[in-house]
Amino acid sequence: MHQRFSNPVLMKELKLRFRAFKSFSGLMFYLILLFIFVGGFLSVYTQFTGTGFFRPSESFIMFSVISVLQMALVMFITPGLTAGAISSEREKQTLNILLTTTQSSTQIIIGKLLSSIAFLILLLIAGLPLYSIVFLFGGVSPTQLITIFLFYLLTVIAIGSIGIMFSTITKKTIVSMIATYGAMIFLGAVTAFFFFVGFSLDRIPGGMPTTPIGGPTPSSPITFFWAAINPGALMLTILFPEMGNELANLTNISFPNWIVYLIFYSLITVICLFIAIRKLRANMRHNR
Amino acid sequence: MIEIKGLTKKYGSFVALDHFELSIGDGVVCGFVGANGAGKSTIFSILATLLSPTAGDATIHGKSVTRDPAEIRKVIGYMPDFFGVYDQLKADEYLDFYGASYGIPAEKRKVLIPELLELVNLTDKRYEYVDLLSRGMKQRLCLARSLIHDPKVLILDEPASGLDPRARVEMRDILKHLKSMGKTILISSHILPELSEMCDEIVVIDRGKLIAHGHVESIQAQLQGDKRIKVKVVDQLDAARAFFEEDPFISGIELQEDKKEISFTYKGSDEEQVELLRKALLSNIPVYSLNVEEKDLEDVFMAITKGAYE
Repeated sequence: MHQRFSNPVLMKELKLRFRAFKSFSGLMFYLILLFIFVGGFLSVYTQFTGTGFFRPSESFIMFSVISVLQMALVMFITPGLTAGAISSEREKQTLNILLTTTQSSTQIIIGKLLSSIAFLILLLIAGLPLYSIVFLFGGVSPTQLITIFLFYLLTVIAIGSIGIMFSTITKKTIVSMIATYGAMIFLGAVTAFFFFVGFSLDRIPGGMPTTPIGGPTPSSPITFFWAAINPGALMLTILFPEMGNELANLTNISFPNWIVYLIFYSLITVICLFIAIRKLRANMRHNR
Repeated sequence: MIEIKGLTKKYGSFVALDHFELSIGDGVVCGFVGANGAGKSTIFSILATLLSPTAGDATIHGKSVTRDPAEIRKVIGYMPDFFGVYDQLKADEYLDFYGASYGIPAEKRKVLIPELLELVNLTDKRYEYVDLLSRGMKQRLCLARSLIHDPKVLILDEPASGLDPRARVEMRDILKHLKSMGKTILISSHILPELSEMCDEIVVIDRGKLIAHGHVESIQAQLQGDKRIKVKVVDQLDAARAFFEEDPFISGIELQEDKKEISFTYKGSDEEQVELLRKALLSNIPVYSLNVEEKDLEDVFMAITKGAYE
């Protein structure tokens, strides 16, 4: 049973990753950055006296800002961890040997993805003590924290899958890295830009259908879609549910945007992993 | 049994393999000889399930490399001509990883790894990081890696390339040992004398085509048909020349007066060669040595591929 579920690539990758100094230095810099931010935030709000008050509402603002910052850091780190997964094996000339073993393409790809995700989860867990400072002052529910973490996980898996896919279909790690960062920028920034463009265009008179006189002009479903797949927008609607209601009012679509996000990012994950598995043994007709 | 039938591989208009046909029996050590780009690595890559042929197929123990690659991987051990190793991994962990990759249980791996390290003389390097080993050691470790699942067929692409003479000798000894274990070994090398020493059969490839295949001796004998003989005399070089010119089996006579040596191409049989020597001595030609120039695999390769180039 153990043999069936063991993944040698995953075990090897974990071993190599946690032996490498750069993993620990990366973790250290990540925590230092978070610490500087949290410390700075507390200092500013207590006016550098150490005796100032810190209200629960301010604690929630800190939680929100830490969550967004952590999301940005994770989105920035994920391509770096996954975009070289297969291409670096190719560059180091270890891939051919790996492909002649009896491991299936699925095992190899999943092993690579899970090892990267494991490190990212470590980053998130290592940042938890800093989050606990928020709980010290109150104002945040555990449900919100769990929701945020599940949302991180989904985003990390999706971006990781994109990275693995590019790493499999491109020969050079640098190309794969650029393509993955490009995809991440598209999901994080371009979708926000499209949302604002769509939102503005929808407001041009005669441009889009309107509601009865007096009501807000609804935006097109595509504009809603751009907002729904944007990680920043989803984060805001999780942290501030009223913003979700506002989006529903603006677009006249009351469908929860997190469901669209869940479906879209799950689809991205499945499609990218499917392509990666199919293309790993691209030179073979039966690429299992 | 390895059967290659009509194997063709094209990269655009470039034909890397052209309707290649070959059959290799079990337990045979078969050396692949050919110039760079002749198609050796392409054949090996196809047999190792890393590459699909454009046409044709190959079977190993009855399984097709194109239809049953997963089954093929169980019975082959592959060592590529160029390979890398993982940083931060020790020699025993390196073997353990590949053992796990072949689905060998952890308990069995614990027993296997020391045995394999001993086979390739790397027992003392068991806890060394692989990337810090010398090239020869890495080659031997890679060979051990290819043996971890006890494959019936070993596909070794230039296993001795880039090694110093000592490392080459060590590699050769290991291969001889593997041969004695009854493994079918396909090996390519540019170091032809080494191949002729350890191979049962030789395959000569040029520009993707099979030029010759057979036992080392038979291929050499094929070439020995027109053997070159060197005769050294004490004196009377001109008389000796006149004597040999009369023989109907002799052609292409060359004289080296400073060495008192005559060399010529001889088409006669071994018995006729004995008769020639006897007659020369009876005719008072002061012959003190007669040598048939031995043609090694290098000569065989040069001679066989010469036609193809022309």
